Amino acid sequence: MTEPVSKMPIDAKVKPALTSLLYQLADDDFILAYRGSEWLGLAPHIEEDVAFSSISQDTMGHAAMFYQLLEDLGEGNVDSLAHARKAAERRNAVLLEVVNGPGHYLSSAQYDWAFAVVRNYFYIQAKKIRLDSLKNSLYQPLAEVALKVNMELYYHLLHWKTWFIQLMQAGGEARTRMEAAIRKVLADFEGVITLGPLAKDMAEHGLIEPEDVLKQRWLLTMKPVFESINLAVSEADLAMKNGNGRIGEHTADLDAALTTLSEVYNINPAASW
Amino acid sequence: MSEALFFQEMTEEQKYEQFMKRINAGEKIEADDWMPEDYRMTLIKLISMHGISEIMGALPEKEWVPKAPSLKRKLGIMAKVQDEMGHGQLLLRVAEDLMKPLGKTREDIMQDLFSGRLKFHNVFHMEAPTWGDAGLIGWLVDGAAIITQTNMLNASYGPYARALKRICAEEVFHAQHGEAIIMALAEGTEEQNAMVQDAVNRWWEALLMFFGPGDASTTGTSKQDTTIKYRIRTKTNEDLRQDFFTKYIPRVLSLGLKLPDETMHFDQDQELWVYRQPDWNKFKDIIKNNGPKSQERLGLRRTAYETNKWVREALNTAN
Repeated sequence: MTEPVSKMPIDAKVKPALTSLLYQLADDDFILAYRGSEWLGLAPHIEEDVAFSSISQDTMGHAAMFYQLLEDLGEGNVDSLAHARKAAERRNAVLLEVVNGPGHYLSSAQYDWAFAVVRNYFYIQAKKIRLDSLKNSLYQPLAEVALKVNMELYYHLLHWKTWFIQLMQAGGEARTRMEAAIRKVLADFEGVITLGPLAKDMAEHGLIEPEDVLKQRWLLTMKPVFESINLAVSEADLAMKNGNGRIGEHTADLDAALTTLSEVYNINPAASW
Repeated sequence: MSEALFFQEMTEEQKYEQFMKRINAGEKIEADDWMPEDYRMTLIKLISMHGISEIMGALPEKEWVPKAPSLKRKLGIMAKVQDEMGHGQLLLRVAEDLMKPLGKTREDIMQDLFSGRLKFHNVFHMEAPTWGDAGLIGWLVDGAAIITQTNMLNASYGPYARALKRICAEEVFHAQHGEAIIMALAEGTEEQNAMVQDAVNRWWEALLMFFGPGDASTTGTSKQDTTIKYRIRTKTNEDLRQDFFTKYIPRVLSLGLKLPDETMHFDQDQELWVYRQPDWNKFKDIIKNNGPKSQERLGLRRTAYETNKWVREALNTAN
């Protein structure tokens, strides 16, 4: 089952950078899909509930593909990678673990739709840029997964961009709420952009392009969108206010999320479910 | 054209007669066709309740979506609950068309839900405290839904019949998804086995109630005669409950599970399953939104609806 499927021998020098990259990709999608699943039944209208849950499902599927690449490299089975690792071992960006808003997903949830739109739109755009780069990764299994994931991202991006522009253009309360959400997202967006301490190695081994190239590409792609809705965003606005998830720094929100998402798994991790 | 003029000249009774002739001949009624007021109101009540039940039905399972114990199960239950929301959407669209001549919209449906005027299905008022419940809902609740919905696949109202066709096709996958969860638990550890048996015990009465009372004498009112007359459905509530027993009792027993009704047996002479009646007073209470989880789930939806008010307002400005 865990027979290695990589088509090129993994150089011991490449492996740390490769696994580090894969953990980031898998953990980012996994935790954001989890946050998306908490929104179920609570979206602004029923049509959006259907669309958003479809996107979250795709995103969870992407996480599963990245965890599978880690399993193939001997990191452990996909379900223990997804459910059993503690917060300090997780490499997702802090922004993606933050709660959807006040309340619990089963009672008195007062989730923030502006935050959902901005977080998802900005992240999906960064993910798209990352995956476009990964299509040319020298690690062939990753390049193949990137190709598959990319096909779905077109729709995710279109979806969130449409919401973003529409709510920004609505003015009034919507605009105020959206601007607050933008400030909140940008304050931790550097944490999404960064590829962590091994970023240089990743680029040197041809796994992905350099971090700064991807960052500039994101800024360049967003620029006309920001201009069209009369919003000033500069590179200096991107920060890592709540910690660097790529080195295992996380918030209490992640601890709570992990307890919930592994509740049944932890009844008996060895059992077949 | 001449036929249309002729139709306009008909008395209400003649129109009714022609309508009944059409549906008895197996013809489909479409949204813009003439229909008796009673037919329209029956459909609105039935379809908006069905639609809103699909949507409220996402809530008991919602608890288990983030908690599903493996990536495969997480993906499976996410897909399943998404389908349910999609069914809700599809059905509400059908109901909206029927409500249009009355000047009513989706907003009225939501407000009627919150005020308790629009009921949702009894099963979705129940608790789902373990992963076993998540499996059981897919397996037996969706299994029961397939039986009631199949009964309406040839409904005289075309838009509803077409929506049901698609819904039933997807429900079959849901029942398989639920059955797979239950099988894994039934074949698993003692603790996992106990989880399934607990879920069966907990859901049994609600599953009996699922099909509704046998006749109006039980709860004071029953729409089944009207829906049969208008060829929306063919079988009675009791017929459907018997079909459910025939299909699922052997399956439940084959997994080594016990039925929480020791009187349950198949009577060869009557060719009927004999069983203990659920407490129909409890049923009446549940659908009045006094079930164990009624208020909590309505509250969750109401809070979300209020919290997102600014979004709907922004969309109205933009349009």
